[in-house]
Amino acid sequence: MTPVLSVRDLSVRFRMRGGRHIAAVSAVSFDLAAGECLALVGESGCGKSVLASALLGLLPGNAQTAGTAVLDGIDLLAADERTLTRTVRGRRIGLVPQSPAAHLTPVRTVRAQLEETVRELTATPRADIRKAAVAAAERASFPRALLDHYPHQLSGGQAQRAATALALIGDAPLLLADEPTTGLDRDLVDRTADELRRHADDGRALLMITHDLAAAERIADRVAVMYAGRIVELTGAARFFGAPGPRHPYARGLLAALPERDFTPIPGLPPELGALPPGCAFAPRCDRVSGACGSVPRLVDGVACHHVGGGGGAGAGGVDAVGDGRVDSPSRARSRARSGAGAGAQTTEEGARA
Amino acid sequence: MLELDAITAGYEPRTPVFRGASLSVAPGEAVGLLGPSGCGKSTLARVAALLHRPDAGRVVVDGEEVRGWRHRAPRHLRTAIGVVFQQPRMSADPRLRLRDLIAEPLRATGRRDEATDRVAELARTVGLTDDLLGRRPHEVSDGQLQRACLARALVLRPRWLVCDEMTAMLDASTTAALVAAVETYRDDHGAGLLAVGHDRVLLERWCDRTAQWADCVEQQPGA
Repeated sequence: MTPVLSVRDLSVRFRMRGGRHIAAVSAVSFDLAAGECLALVGESGCGKSVLASALLGLLPGNAQTAGTAVLDGIDLLAADERTLTRTVRGRRIGLVPQSPAAHLTPVRTVRAQLEETVRELTATPRADIRKAAVAAAERASFPRALLDHYPHQLSGGQAQRAATALALIGDAPLLLADEPTTGLDRDLVDRTADELRRHADDGRALLMITHDLAAAERIADRVAVMYAGRIVELTGAARFFGAPGPRHPYARGLLAALPERDFTPIPGLPPELGALPPGCAFAPRCDRVSGACGSVPRLVDGVACHHVGGGGGAGAGGVDAVGDGRVDSPSRARSRARSGAGAGAQTTEEGARA
Repeated sequence: MLELDAITAGYEPRTPVFRGASLSVAPGEAVGLLGPSGCGKSTLARVAALLHRPDAGRVVVDGEEVRGWRHRAPRHLRTAIGVVFQQPRMSADPRLRLRDLIAEPLRATGRRDEATDRVAELARTVGLTDDLLGRRPHEVSDGQLQRACLARALVLRPRWLVCDEMTAMLDASTTAALVAAVETYRDDHGAGLLAVGHDRVLLERWCDRTAQWADCVEQQPGA
């Protein structure tokens, strides 16, 4: 099956004052198919949200990107603002935001916002817009009785549904949910997650960015664990949360930290993205560190660790396997050429776009 | 004892958020208060932290009934209770470096000469590096900022700790690290804890006992 979204060697670096660089995302590759939910998990500050911004073309001006992210034949990283505005945001990617209360316009009712979005994104005749807005609310289980309420009159869960209704209007093949469950209580997390899953089951691809492992376990087909800007493990959700469990030491530590498991933190702090150690970024916190960790491990067979499985030798650019035997897209060859040698993380000047 | 006795509180006099909430925490005890969002448990936590004057009811801290709230609370009571809130960004002065953020309660109580030693000690407890202590809130992650907010709550060595959804914004590892820091402090100082939240698994693992919100209140208008 052709993936809906195909990301190859995506890197994002921020140029800072004094010539410093922050490597927020490094050499990230994954595919996402229709009807599939991929959960991208990791600690705050690991680059998850930057990845989402990159896909939406919403990075600030000092960001440089490399690699490709192909959705529906469009390379999101190379597309100009006009293409992004007119064909991508809302139409090919629906965004379920982190804090729906802040995402909704405070001075307009939910109905007004739904109708505006229907008008902008679809070719609905004027006479039918009202009906289409009601139908959109229904799709996201937003109660009809609350359509004329303003955002501040809604509870957290209701606002979440209103935002989801807006995200679904453009009938986008890709739903991007950025921390959709932060700050919600457990019942609401479960309901929100289940609703997102239902939209994936309707044939959309769902990329859920979250630090909530319980929400990920509930709905994800596959899990990608991100650490210091890199995907360190990409595997099936059943394998990850059940047996045999995660293979990367960081992923294992993250899961073991859950209160229903060992409840022990991973020692130390995540590294600064502006001052990453050479080699494996997790090495300073890892109990299996050895001489081999001085080089960046490649993601081989779904895990990037020198001590696990065939955990890769360093040096080669690009990613040899995306973890689950998916067929490489032609864009990969290009992106590999562009990202050059070394650890695959270097954003070369010719590949960089301001 | 930290006793909350028949507390009625809210933000509009005629429509309190809840009525008659009672809960007590014994010295050195860790109590988890579980409730759904919007039930008023955070308001009760604010009352317990002397940050919100209840409409009715009594708060008794170590045998002394509380008469003043917020800045009118007597200093010896105010400093006996440390508070950590859910959202570190909204509870941190954006102008202060983490070092100063942690030391602020010492300055406010005229003990600034202790600051250097105490901040260094607490930075170790909560796992902050020297580099991070020199940064301002916008230069650190939520998890790092919450570590600083916890250190700030501990800096005056309170006998009581109130943690209102302290870890709701955080990932699993940071959650475990902050809970471990709280527990280390409680082991050393015998402090009591009121942890408010909605995560049953977390609070049952963390606390000596948990209380359901519904069992603590008399009646809940509009519920």
